[in-house]
Amino acid sequence: MEMDGLLTYGVFFLTQAGIYAVLALGLNVQYGLTGQINIGIAGFFAVGAYTSAIVTTHPSTAHLGGFNLPFPVGVVAAMATSALVAAAIGRITMRLRSDYLAIATIGIAEIIRLALKNEDWLTNGVRGIPGIPRPFSETLGANPLISLGVVLGFVAFAFWMVERARSAPWGRVLRAIRENEDGVSAAGKDVAHFRLQAFVFGASLMGMAGALYAHFIGFISPEAFLPLYGTFLVWVMLIAGGAGNNWGALVGALAIWVLWSATQFMTDALGAEYATQAGALRVLLIGVLLQVILIARPQGLLPERGARKH
Amino acid sequence: MVTELLQLAIYGVVLGSILTLGAIGVSLIYGILRFAHFAHGDLMALGAYFSLSLVAGLGFPVWASAPFAIVGAALAAIAIDQTVYRHLRKSPPIILLISSFGIAIALRSVIQLVWGPRNQVYASGIQIPWRFEGLVIKPDHVWIVLGAVVLVAALHLFLTRTKMGKAMRAMSDNMDLALVSGIPSERVIMVTWAVGGGLAAVAGIFLGMDTRLHPVMGWSVLLPVFAAAILGGIGRPYGAIAGGMVIGLAMEMSTVVIDPTYKPAVAFALMVIMLVVRPQGLFKGNA
Amino acid sequence: MTLLSIEGLTGGYGGADILHGVDLRVEPGEIVVIIGPNGAGKSTLMKAAFGLVKIKEGAVLFEKRDITPLRPDQIVRQGISYVPQERNVFPSMSVEENLEMGAFIRTDDIRPQMERIYSFFPRLAERRTQIAGSMSGGERQMLAMGRALMLDPKLLLLDEPTAGLSPLFIDQTFERIQKINAAGIGILMVEQNAKQALAVCDRGYVLTMGRNRIDDTGANLLANKDVAEMFLGG
Ligand SMILES: Nc1ncnc2c1ncn2[C@@H]1O[C@H](COP(=O)(O)OP(=O)(O)O)[C@@H](O)[C@H]1O
Ligand SMILES: [Mg+2]
Repeated sequence: MEMDGLLTYGVFFLTQAGIYAVLALGLNVQYGLTGQINIGIAGFFAVGAYTSAIVTTHPSTAHLGGFNLPFPVGVVAAMATSALVAAAIGRITMRLRSDYLAIATIGIAEIIRLALKNEDWLTNGVRGIPGIPRPFSETLGANPLISLGVVLGFVAFAFWMVERARSAPWGRVLRAIRENEDGVSAAGKDVAHFRLQAFVFGASLMGMAGALYAHFIGFISPEAFLPLYGTFLVWVMLIAGGAGNNWGALVGALAIWVLWSATQFMTDALGAEYATQAGALRVLLIGVLLQVILIARPQGLLPERGARKH
Repeated sequence: MVTELLQLAIYGVVLGSILTLGAIGVSLIYGILRFAHFAHGDLMALGAYFSLSLVAGLGFPVWASAPFAIVGAALAAIAIDQTVYRHLRKSPPIILLISSFGIAIALRSVIQLVWGPRNQVYASGIQIPWRFEGLVIKPDHVWIVLGAVVLVAALHLFLTRTKMGKAMRAMSDNMDLALVSGIPSERVIMVTWAVGGGLAAVAGIFLGMDTRLHPVMGWSVLLPVFAAAILGGIGRPYGAIAGGMVIGLAMEMSTVVIDPTYKPAVAFALMVIMLVVRPQGLFKGNA
Repeated sequence: MTLLSIEGLTGGYGGADILHGVDLRVEPGEIVVIIGPNGAGKSTLMKAAFGLVKIKEGAVLFEKRDITPLRPDQIVRQGISYVPQERNVFPSMSVEENLEMGAFIRTDDIRPQMERIYSFFPRLAERRTQIAGSMSGGERQMLAMGRALMLDPKLLLLDEPTAGLSPLFIDQTFERIQKINAAGIGILMVEQNAKQALAVCDRGYVLTMGRNRIDDTGANLLANKDVAEMFLGG
């Protein structure tokens, strides 16, 4: 019984850590490789989650669809929709400086959040979308271990893609842009175009993470993600792990997720009447941790290989 | 129809006054420290809550609590700068931006811890509005606009008549030359935080008067505040006045044609259009 | 007592060293000129004297005091003013405000000094309220010098004060520099107009690739064949 509970928790824990790892990898493409700041991670994540939910659930009058399509179609659709949203906004913002882009992504996430809440025909508004099937549950059953396996498979897939992209000539151009944009455009490369590709690629991974989340939890609503905290956690994960290093993104995701979960145990000990304060305290701790990392070890646990020192 | 538009224009000017006070701070900080301060909205919220403590706890009228909130928020801003941002002065601006994002989240948590997560208001009960020609004006609206006008005028005098104010403009104009002229940059930076934080506190109080207090109020208003700063040309505090008014009016007037929920989208759209068409802002920016 | 003495200065901007053991001195009342090809490190040497460059070895002494570790705002207080080569005014501020900023560290009445500067540069007096960014290059250069003189320094560093000016303005500038010097202010300047600069200076230094190449009196340098070949148009 004890053992069982522990095992269940472990599976649950690792699945969520895996989803965060995909987000951290996506952010690593945007920030780590290219130097773009995306404060709207939760927006792309939500677009992915809703897309896959609409694509895979049973037909409903409450929202668009569902189209009752298989899980893999949902994931692909999630990635495509997130990528589309990123491309639409990126076409306009890719020529901007990184701090302007950061502000723009806040706007994107906010608009997505408002739309999810208010466009009932599309998302069923605040009531959310229930009954999202577990991955391959029709053939393999609803064992959480299956979900974990699927998520870890996607982590491996995402890692492989991002790592290949990083070591390819494409990744080298991105890093060159990050270090010396003028030099790259002087060499005749279309900087905005490369940036856009990286932004879209990263966003599609965030969409993928959203789909995994939807299928893992089974129910999504606008309030289900605590959007800003999600975005923030992913940032702390990447900075702690080492921006620019894909192993760093994985290690950071796991380490911060361990820390985040551990603080939950600590604050749970305070008792239910302090639940909201406890939540705030946890966020505060992570916020302080970020500052400590930025000041004391800005390169993170696993620094980017061959990176310039500041 | 005309009355409705006028009414919305009044709301727009009120919102514009609030945004202006926030955007001036963002612009000053950008001009001198060269980074987009993402914790500015939450600094506003902190000021609003400082005020709430005096109003709800000690029975102060809101206006009397304001000076304390201004000092409190100014000190908080200086403390954050000294403990965190100061150690990142030599880091790229992007790192400071991320750091300030973390500070924003941390400030919001502090607000939740200290004041709780629920909606709160300064005064319960409804104010009796003035009505004429079908227009409704609440006394609070008048105070907000008047307060903003007075503060902007005071800031103008500070920036153009005092040595420290001129030094702030000098640093924003040409940092290297300011250094070799002997202007003590750390002292100017401290004053900048004090001014930015103080204005943020008033903006937060006004926002709380106009709507309600909530831990997320600061983050929610960050986008329009930045839109105002960018519209005015970030780094140009005077531009922020025009930027704030344009954004405030546009957000309120847009409700004639679109769902009021999407007001932030209007700010966003204006900002993006401005960034694409005229990245230097309505007036020439510092960026 | 030697006004400024730079001894074996090595350093740069964090990457490779730009200066490799440069020596230089300015005696009270002297005009000293630094000439050298583009990229030789002349501006870097000026900045190094002002605490704006990472110094690895060597020292900068002002009136025998070691000022190497001081910040720019502390160096200003010793009595050195510096006019950078570029971006040497506050463009959105008025002429008057620019001068005021030059005197930021003074706590006494700055009006008399400001009036002295206005009488020295009458052009500035006519434009007290004009925004610096809207003035001509020559006027901006005057303003930059005026700003630096607000502290009534003992030593004035000028980095290419005649760059981009018309011949008439160049002559005027050299005359003004001599006048400033006549008031007892030591001058260390970098110049591209080597012929004129060497003609007005007491001593000159030729700097190439971050090293001292030749140093001598102005007259001797003017007569020097190598110098003539390199900088005086044959
Ligand atoms: N801010 C800087 N950062 C890095 N390198 C610089 C900087 N300024 C100048 N340099 C380099 O230092 C060298 C000397 O420059 P400088 O002192 O300006 O030469 P000069 O004034 O003699 O023309 C050049 O190679 C230049 O590229
Ligand atoms: Mg030079």
